[in-house]
Amino acid sequence: MNVTIVDYKSGNISSVINSFKEVAQNKVKIEVTSDLNKIKSSDKVVLPGQGSFKSCIDALNTINGLVETLDNFAINNKKPLLGICVGLQMFADVGFEETETKGLGWIPGKVTKIDNQNGEYKLPHIGWNEINIVKKSKIFKDIKDKSHMYFVHSYEFIPNDKNVILATTNYSSNHVCVVEKENIFGTQFHPEKSDKKGLKIINNFIDL
Amino acid sequence: MLKNRIIPCLDVKNGRVVKGINFVDLKDAGDPVEQAKIYSDGGADEICFLDITASNENRDTIYEVVEKTSKKCFVPLTVGGGIRSIEDINKLLNCGADKVSINTAAVQNSKVVADSSKKFGSQCIVVAIDAKQNGKKWEIFTHGGRNSTGIDAIEYAKKMEECGAGELLVTSMDRDGTQVGYDIKLMSKISSKVNIPVIASGGVGNLNHLLEGIELGGASAVLAASIFHYGKHSIKEAKEYLDSKGIPVRI
Repeated sequence: MNVTIVDYKSGNISSVINSFKEVAQNKVKIEVTSDLNKIKSSDKVVLPGQGSFKSCIDALNTINGLVETLDNFAINNKKPLLGICVGLQMFADVGFEETETKGLGWIPGKVTKIDNQNGEYKLPHIGWNEINIVKKSKIFKDIKDKSHMYFVHSYEFIPNDKNVILATTNYSSNHVCVVEKENIFGTQFHPEKSDKKGLKIINNFIDL
Repeated sequence: MLKNRIIPCLDVKNGRVVKGINFVDLKDAGDPVEQAKIYSDGGADEICFLDITASNENRDTIYEVVEKTSKKCFVPLTVGGGIRSIEDINKLLNCGADKVSINTAAVQNSKVVADSSKKFGSQCIVVAIDAKQNGKKWEIFTHGGRNSTGIDAIEYAKKMEECGAGELLVTSMDRDGTQVGYDIKLMSKISSKVNIPVIASGGVGNLNHLLEGIELGGASAVLAASIFHYGKHSIKEAKEYLDSKGIPVRI
């Protein structure tokens, strides 16, 4: 099996690469590329994302044919894809960071700023927070409810269909932190920085 | 609920730990990777490396350290010390650092903060503020606390937030190394004036100081060095103590 981490030159993905290589050891091949053919032929794809919604979408669009290739992979061929942080947020129809930006539209919904309740909640939401698992999933194999994961974000994904929500986390309000829609998975937190439990989630994705 | 973070800081010089753990049976007490791993396995919420390499010829040693550490530690890694440019930041992030902490360069040219947070995202840009009390005010110092600037620390903190810093690492130069506790007034002044997380640093001598930093200083995270390095307390003890006082921590 091979897993491709999409390198679309946006943000820092070395931690994602390190964590997947750590989990994969020698049993799974980890590719890091933006090569369309390699993405097409891979078994699973990881879509990381750092920086703003707009900067990530812009970076995806800079690579000719990338969005179409990802669309084919995730929507038409229904192969497993994991979005991390802004990678998850981009599943939405639209994001409002910097300016209104069209998303990939894979999971209907929007990405808006977390309500800081007049400064009561500092943003970004940085640090370890508990996840409240609301729905069973293979991605949570051996992950207990209320496990701590590492978050860094100021925006949240609000899906229209609440059935896609696997887990939430509480900061200002309960917001979405893990989604699943058929073959598409996403985590708002950073599994690659969430120590053993995060690596377990990565392992679960590889094992899907 | 979001947890308050405990961050051990290791001083690294020429690629070797010069201020770090020296109480357990380390195979190599100077190995930053081994030390970082002990802390992350012990429950540290993040790891911080402060590169104090003085000579320019040896500056590249930190990249190798970061690269090796990031392959073994899967908690956030912040690297500070000697960062001058976007290119330095880019190199550190590519080596596996999750955040960089910028001190002197941010004071000299705030554009470094604005440009880097735009390019890499605010989440990886920590601005380190070294401040010393001067009458009723606090003044910013650069170059590891050697050079005074005349800049007011509170105003500067607000400015850095506007420039796009994701977090502020606030060190009291008066307290650093004294083990008498954080400068609570400084911490609370800054944390109440900005809407981004503040990491308190400088002066921790016991576990109660960590509590004060969070409870009185309003810090989201507390950074300490000596109390962890010399076996006085473990990260676990610190967390259990804070937990017993009602502070949310990851245990």
